[in-house]
Amino acid sequence: MKSLAELAAIKAKMKDKVALRDDSDNTRVVVGMATCGIAAGARPVLAAFIEAVSAADMSDKITVTQTGCIGMCQYEPVVEVYVAGQEKVTYVKMDAERAKKVVEEHLIGGTVVAEYTINNSL
Amino acid sequence: MKELSLNILDIVENSVKAGAPNIGIDIDETIRGILTLTITDNGCGMEEHILRGVTDPFYTTRTTRPVGMGLSLLKLAAEQTGGTMTVESVSEKVSPDKHGTVVRAEFFTDHIDCVPLGDVTSTLVTLIQGSPEIDFHYTHRIGDSMVELDTAQLRTVLEDVPLNSFEVLQWIESFVNEQYAEIHNQ
Repeated sequence: MKSLAELAAIKAKMKDKVALRDDSDNTRVVVGMATCGIAAGARPVLAAFIEAVSAADMSDKITVTQTGCIGMCQYEPVVEVYVAGQEKVTYVKMDAERAKKVVEEHLIGGTVVAEYTINNSL
Repeated sequence: MKELSLNILDIVENSVKAGAPNIGIDIDETIRGILTLTITDNGCGMEEHILRGVTDPFYTTRTTRPVGMGLSLLKLAAEQTGGTMTVESVSEKVSPDKHGTVVRAEFFTDHIDCVPLGDVTSTLVTLIQGSPEIDFHYTHRIGDSMVELDTAQLRTVLEDVPLNSFEVLQWIESFVNEQYAEIHNQ
Protein backbone atom coordinates (compact mmCIF):
# COMPACT_ATOMS: atom_id res chain seq x y z
CA MET A 1 0.00 0.00 0.00
CA LYS A 2 1.26 3.50 -0.91
CA SER A 3 2.20 5.49 2.16
CA LEU A 4 2.89 9.12 2.94
CA ALA A 5 6.43 8.00 3.86
CA GLU A 6 6.90 7.00 0.24
CA LEU A 7 5.65 10.42 -0.85
CA ALA A 8 8.16 12.04 1.51
CA ALA A 9 10.91 10.04 -0.21
CA ILE A 10 9.75 11.36 -3.61
CA LYS A 11 9.88 14.88 -2.20
CA ALA A 12 13.41 14.41 -0.89
CA LYS A 13 14.52 13.13 -4.30
CA MET A 14 12.89 16.01 -6.22
CA LYS A 15 13.63 18.97 -4.01
CA ASP A 16 16.91 19.89 -5.77
CA LYS A 17 15.42 19.50 -9.24
CA VAL A 18 12.60 21.94 -8.48
CA ALA A 19 15.00 24.70 -7.45
CA LEU A 20 17.01 24.40 -10.67
CA ARG A 21 14.11 24.38 -13.10
CA ASP A 22 13.85 27.12 -15.72
CA ASP A 23 10.73 26.71 -17.88
CA SER A 24 11.10 29.80 -20.05
CA ASP A 25 12.48 28.12 -23.19
CA ASN A 26 10.44 24.95 -22.78
CA THR A 27 8.51 23.30 -25.55
CA ARG A 28 4.83 23.46 -24.60
CA VAL A 29 2.24 20.82 -25.36
CA VAL A 30 -1.30 22.13 -24.81
CA VAL A 31 -4.22 19.70 -24.72
CA GLY A 32 -7.79 21.02 -25.14
CA MET A 33 -9.80 19.85 -22.12
CA ALA A 34 -13.21 21.51 -22.46
CA THR A 35 -16.46 19.52 -22.72
CA CYS A 36 -15.81 18.84 -26.41
CA GLY A 37 -12.25 17.59 -25.83
CA ILE A 38 -13.17 15.46 -22.84
CA ALA A 39 -16.08 13.83 -24.68
CA ALA A 40 -13.83 13.09 -27.67
CA GLY A 41 -11.16 11.37 -25.55
CA ALA A 42 -8.69 14.08 -24.45
CA ARG A 43 -8.11 12.56 -21.00
CA PRO A 44 -6.09 9.54 -22.23
CA VAL A 45 -4.29 11.79 -24.76
CA LEU A 46 -3.08 14.06 -21.96
CA ALA A 47 -2.03 11.04 -19.89
CA ALA A 48 -0.11 9.58 -22.86
CA PHE A 49 1.80 12.84 -23.41
CA ILE A 50 2.75 13.11 -19.72
CA GLU A 51 3.79 9.47 -19.61
CA ALA A 52 5.84 9.57 -22.85
CA VAL A 53 7.58 12.84 -21.95
CA SER A 54 8.52 11.46 -18.56
CA ALA A 55 9.62 8.09 -20.02
CA ALA A 56 11.97 9.99 -22.37
CA ASP A 57 13.27 11.93 -19.34
CA MET A 58 12.26 15.21 -21.01
CA SER A 59 10.05 16.63 -18.22
CA ASP A 60 12.55 19.43 -17.66
CA LYS A 61 12.38 20.58 -21.29
CA ILE A 62 8.79 19.84 -22.27
CA THR A 63 5.80 21.22 -20.36
CA VAL A 64 2.44 19.48 -20.83
CA THR A 65 -0.54 21.70 -19.98
CA GLN A 66 -4.30 21.84 -20.39
CA THR A 67 -6.53 24.50 -21.86
CA GLY A 68 -10.21 25.04 -22.55
CA CYS A 69 -11.99 24.91 -25.89
CA ILE A 70 -9.64 25.72 -28.76
CA GLY A 71 -12.66 26.35 -31.00
CA MET A 72 -12.55 23.46 -33.45
CA CYS A 73 -14.67 20.93 -31.61
CA GLN A 74 -15.17 18.69 -34.65
CA TYR A 75 -11.41 18.01 -34.66
CA GLU A 76 -11.08 17.14 -30.95
CA PRO A 77 -8.99 15.89 -29.25
CA VAL A 78 -6.87 18.85 -30.36
CA VAL A 79 -3.28 19.34 -29.21
CA GLU A 80 -1.11 22.40 -29.86
CA VAL A 81 2.69 22.23 -29.77
CA TYR A 82 4.74 25.38 -29.22
CA VAL A 83 8.48 25.11 -29.81
CA ALA A 84 10.48 28.26 -29.03
CA GLY A 85 11.23 30.17 -32.23
CA GLN A 86 8.95 28.05 -34.41
CA GLU A 87 5.42 28.29 -35.69
CA LYS A 88 2.71 26.60 -33.62
CA VAL A 89 1.73 23.09 -34.78
CA THR A 90 -1.88 21.95 -34.28
CA TYR A 91 -2.56 18.21 -34.12
CA VAL A 92 -6.13 17.00 -34.49
CA LYS A 93 -8.20 13.86 -33.76
CA MET A 94 -5.50 12.66 -31.39
CA ASP A 95 -5.39 9.44 -29.40
CA ALA A 96 -2.86 7.89 -27.04
CA GLU A 97 -0.94 6.14 -29.85
CA ARG A 98 -0.70 9.33 -31.90
CA ALA A 99 0.46 11.19 -28.79
CA LYS A 100 3.37 8.77 -28.34
CA LYS A 101 4.37 9.20 -31.97
CA VAL A 102 4.28 13.02 -31.67
CA VAL A 103 6.54 12.86 -28.61
CA GLU A 104 9.04 10.58 -30.36
CA GLU A 105 9.13 12.17 -33.80
CA HIS A 106 8.30 15.84 -33.18
CA LEU A 107 9.19 16.71 -29.59
CA ILE A 108 12.34 14.58 -29.44
CA GLY A 109 13.17 14.04 -33.11
CA GLY A 110 12.29 17.56 -34.30
CA THR A 111 10.15 16.44 -37.28
CA VAL A 112 6.48 17.44 -37.36
CA VAL A 113 4.14 14.45 -37.81
CA ALA A 114 2.44 16.01 -40.82
CA GLU A 115 -0.29 13.39 -41.22
CA TYR A 116 -1.89 14.31 -37.85
CA THR A 117 -1.82 18.09 -38.31
CA ILE A 118 -4.85 20.29 -38.92
CA ASN A 119 -3.46 21.31 -42.33
CA ASN A 120 -3.68 17.68 -43.39
CA SER A 121 -7.30 17.33 -42.21
CA LEU A 122 -8.93 20.37 -43.80
CA MET B 1 -19.93 11.17 -22.14
CA LYS B 2 -18.96 7.49 -22.03
CA GLU B 3 -18.23 7.50 -18.28
CA LEU B 4 -19.52 9.55 -15.35
CA SER B 5 -15.89 10.19 -14.44
CA LEU B 6 -15.65 12.27 -17.65
CA ASN B 7 -18.72 14.30 -16.60
CA ILE B 8 -16.98 14.84 -13.25
CA LEU B 9 -13.81 16.07 -14.98
CA ASP B 10 -15.89 18.42 -17.10
CA ILE B 11 -17.96 19.86 -14.23
CA VAL B 12 -14.94 20.30 -11.94
CA GLU B 13 -13.28 22.32 -14.72
CA ASN B 14 -16.11 24.84 -14.15
CA SER B 15 -15.06 25.07 -10.48
CA VAL B 16 -11.45 25.56 -11.57
CA LYS B 17 -12.49 28.39 -13.89
CA ALA B 18 -14.54 29.91 -11.04
CA GLY B 19 -11.23 30.44 -9.25
CA ALA B 20 -12.02 28.05 -6.39
CA PRO B 21 -9.06 27.35 -4.08
CA ASN B 22 -10.87 24.32 -2.64
CA ILE B 23 -12.94 21.75 -4.52
CA GLY B 24 -14.72 18.78 -2.99
CA ILE B 25 -15.72 15.75 -5.06
CA ASP B 26 -17.84 13.27 -3.14
CA ILE B 27 -19.42 10.09 -4.41
CA ASP B 28 -21.81 8.30 -2.11
CA GLU B 29 -22.87 4.70 -2.70
CA THR B 30 -23.76 3.82 0.87
CA ILE B 31 -27.26 2.80 -0.22
CA ARG B 32 -27.29 0.06 -2.84
CA GLY B 33 -28.67 1.16 -6.19
CA ILE B 34 -28.20 4.90 -5.61
CA LEU B 35 -25.11 6.91 -6.50
CA THR B 36 -24.97 10.51 -5.35
CA LEU B 37 -22.31 12.81 -6.78
CA THR B 38 -21.61 16.14 -5.06
CA ILE B 39 -19.14 18.71 -6.36
CA THR B 40 -18.58 21.60 -3.95
CA ASP B 41 -16.40 24.64 -4.59
CA ASN B 42 -15.69 28.00 -3.01
CA GLY B 43 -15.25 29.76 -6.34
CA CYS B 44 -16.89 33.00 -7.48
CA GLY B 45 -20.38 31.47 -7.68
CA MET B 46 -23.15 32.58 -10.00
CA GLU B 47 -25.82 35.24 -9.78
CA GLU B 48 -29.40 34.09 -9.89
CA HIS B 49 -30.16 35.06 -13.48
CA ILE B 50 -27.14 33.04 -14.64
CA LEU B 51 -27.96 30.10 -12.38
CA ARG B 52 -31.41 29.81 -13.93
CA GLY B 53 -29.86 29.22 -17.36
CA VAL B 54 -27.01 26.81 -16.60
CA THR B 55 -28.75 23.56 -17.50
CA ASP B 56 -29.91 24.98 -20.80
CA PRO B 57 -27.61 23.34 -23.39
CA PHE B 58 -27.38 26.62 -25.26
CA TYR B 59 -26.02 28.53 -22.28
CA THR B 60 -22.34 29.18 -21.59
CA THR B 61 -20.04 31.89 -20.21
CA ARG B 62 -17.40 30.92 -22.71
CA THR B 63 -16.64 33.41 -25.44
CA THR B 64 -15.19 31.03 -28.06
CA ARG B 65 -18.73 30.22 -29.19
CA PRO B 66 -22.09 30.60 -27.52
CA VAL B 67 -22.92 26.95 -26.78
CA GLY B 68 -22.21 25.16 -23.47
CA MET B 69 -22.98 21.56 -22.70
CA GLY B 70 -21.31 20.61 -19.41
CA LEU B 71 -24.11 20.78 -16.84
CA SER B 72 -26.81 19.78 -19.32
CA LEU B 73 -24.86 16.61 -20.13
CA LEU B 74 -24.61 15.74 -16.42
CA LYS B 75 -28.31 16.51 -15.97
CA LEU B 76 -29.15 14.24 -18.89
CA ALA B 77 -26.95 11.43 -17.50
CA ALA B 78 -28.76 11.65 -14.12
CA GLU B 79 -32.29 12.09 -15.45
CA GLN B 80 -32.04 9.19 -17.89
CA THR B 81 -31.67 6.90 -14.84
CA GLY B 82 -34.71 8.48 -13.14
CA GLY B 83 -32.45 10.65 -10.99
CA THR B 84 -32.05 14.40 -10.66
CA MET B 85 -29.44 17.12 -10.77
CA THR B 86 -29.46 20.36 -8.79
CA VAL B 87 -27.16 23.37 -8.76
CA GLU B 88 -26.98 25.79 -5.85
CA SER B 89 -24.75 28.82 -6.00
CA VAL B 90 -23.92 31.95 -4.03
CA SER B 91 -22.21 34.70 -6.01
CA GLU B 92 -19.28 36.58 -4.51
CA LYS B 93 -21.06 39.74 -5.68
CA VAL B 94 -23.91 38.95 -3.31
CA SER B 95 -21.88 37.41 -0.48
CA PRO B 96 -18.19 38.40 -0.60
CA ASP B 97 -17.25 36.29 2.45
CA LYS B 98 -18.97 33.02 1.70
CA HIS B 99 -19.60 32.06 -1.89
CA GLY B 100 -19.36 29.06 -4.17
CA THR B 101 -21.31 26.42 -6.03
CA VAL B 102 -22.65 22.97 -5.20
CA VAL B 103 -23.65 20.59 -7.98
CA ARG B 104 -25.45 17.47 -6.84
CA ALA B 105 -26.58 14.61 -9.07
CA GLU B 106 -28.36 11.43 -8.13
CA PHE B 107 -28.25 8.29 -10.26
CA PHE B 108 -30.24 5.07 -9.99
CA THR B 109 -27.48 2.63 -10.83
CA ASP B 110 -29.73 -0.35 -11.61
CA HIS B 111 -31.35 1.58 -14.44
CA ILE B 112 -30.28 0.27 -17.84
CA ASP B 113 -29.38 3.79 -18.99
CA CYS B 114 -27.02 4.46 -16.07
CA VAL B 115 -23.59 5.27 -17.47
CA PRO B 116 -20.73 3.48 -15.62
CA LEU B 117 -18.65 5.57 -13.23
CA GLY B 118 -15.47 4.64 -15.10
CA ASP B 119 -11.95 5.70 -14.27
CA VAL B 120 -12.28 8.31 -11.52
CA THR B 121 -8.58 7.98 -10.70
CA SER B 122 -7.66 9.30 -14.17
CA THR B 123 -10.05 12.20 -13.67
CA LEU B 124 -8.40 13.09 -10.34
CA VAL B 125 -4.89 12.83 -11.78
CA THR B 126 -5.91 14.99 -14.76
CA LEU B 127 -7.41 17.66 -12.48
CA ILE B 128 -4.36 17.77 -10.21
CA GLN B 129 -2.02 17.89 -13.22
CA GLY B 130 -3.90 20.87 -14.63
CA SER B 131 -4.40 22.76 -11.36
CA PRO B 132 -1.70 21.77 -8.85
CA GLU B 133 -2.37 24.90 -6.78
CA ILE B 134 -5.98 23.90 -6.00
CA ASP B 135 -6.83 21.67 -3.07
CA PHE B 136 -9.01 18.77 -4.11
CA HIS B 137 -10.71 16.62 -1.51
CA TYR B 138 -12.13 13.41 -2.95
CA THR B 139 -14.21 10.85 -1.11
CA HIS B 140 -16.02 7.80 -2.45
CA ARG B 141 -18.13 5.91 0.07
CA ILE B 142 -19.02 2.37 -0.98
CA GLY B 143 -21.10 0.56 1.65
CA ASP B 144 -19.10 0.84 4.88
CA SER B 145 -15.79 1.54 3.12
CA MET B 146 -14.29 4.77 1.83
CA VAL B 147 -11.69 5.83 -0.72
CA GLU B 148 -10.17 9.22 0.04
CA LEU B 149 -7.66 11.63 -1.44
CA ASP B 150 -6.92 15.00 0.15
CA THR B 151 -4.32 17.06 -1.68
CA ALA B 152 -3.99 19.44 1.29
CA GLN B 153 -2.61 16.51 3.27
CA LEU B 154 -0.19 15.61 0.45
CA ARG B 155 0.92 19.24 0.28
CA THR B 156 2.07 19.21 3.91
CA VAL B 157 4.39 16.31 3.01
CA LEU B 158 5.54 17.71 -0.35
CA GLU B 159 6.14 21.32 0.78
CA ASP B 160 7.42 23.16 -2.34
CA VAL B 161 7.53 20.11 -4.65
CA PRO B 162 4.57 20.65 -7.02
CA LEU B 163 1.68 18.18 -6.95
CA ASN B 164 1.89 17.83 -10.73
CA SER B 165 5.41 16.41 -10.79
CA PHE B 166 5.24 13.14 -12.72
CA GLU B 167 6.46 11.03 -9.80
CA VAL B 168 3.85 12.58 -7.50
CA LEU B 169 1.04 12.04 -10.03
CA GLN B 170 2.11 8.40 -10.34
CA TRP B 171 2.06 8.05 -6.56
CA ILE B 172 -1.44 9.59 -6.42
CA GLU B 173 -2.69 7.21 -9.12
CA SER B 174 -1.41 4.16 -7.25
CA PHE B 175 -2.59 5.53 -3.90
CA VAL B 176 -6.20 5.83 -5.10
CA ASN B 177 -6.21 2.64 -7.18
CA GLU B 178 -4.85 0.59 -4.29
CA GLN B 179 -7.66 1.85 -2.04
CA TYR B 180 -10.19 0.70 -4.65
CA ALA B 181 -8.44 -2.66 -5.01
CA GLU B 182 -8.64 -3.19 -1.26
CA ILE B 183 -12.41 -2.57 -1.24
CA HIS B 184 -12.99 -4.87 -4.21
CA ASN B 185 -10.96 -7.64 -2.56
CA GLN B 186 -13.07 -7.58 0.60
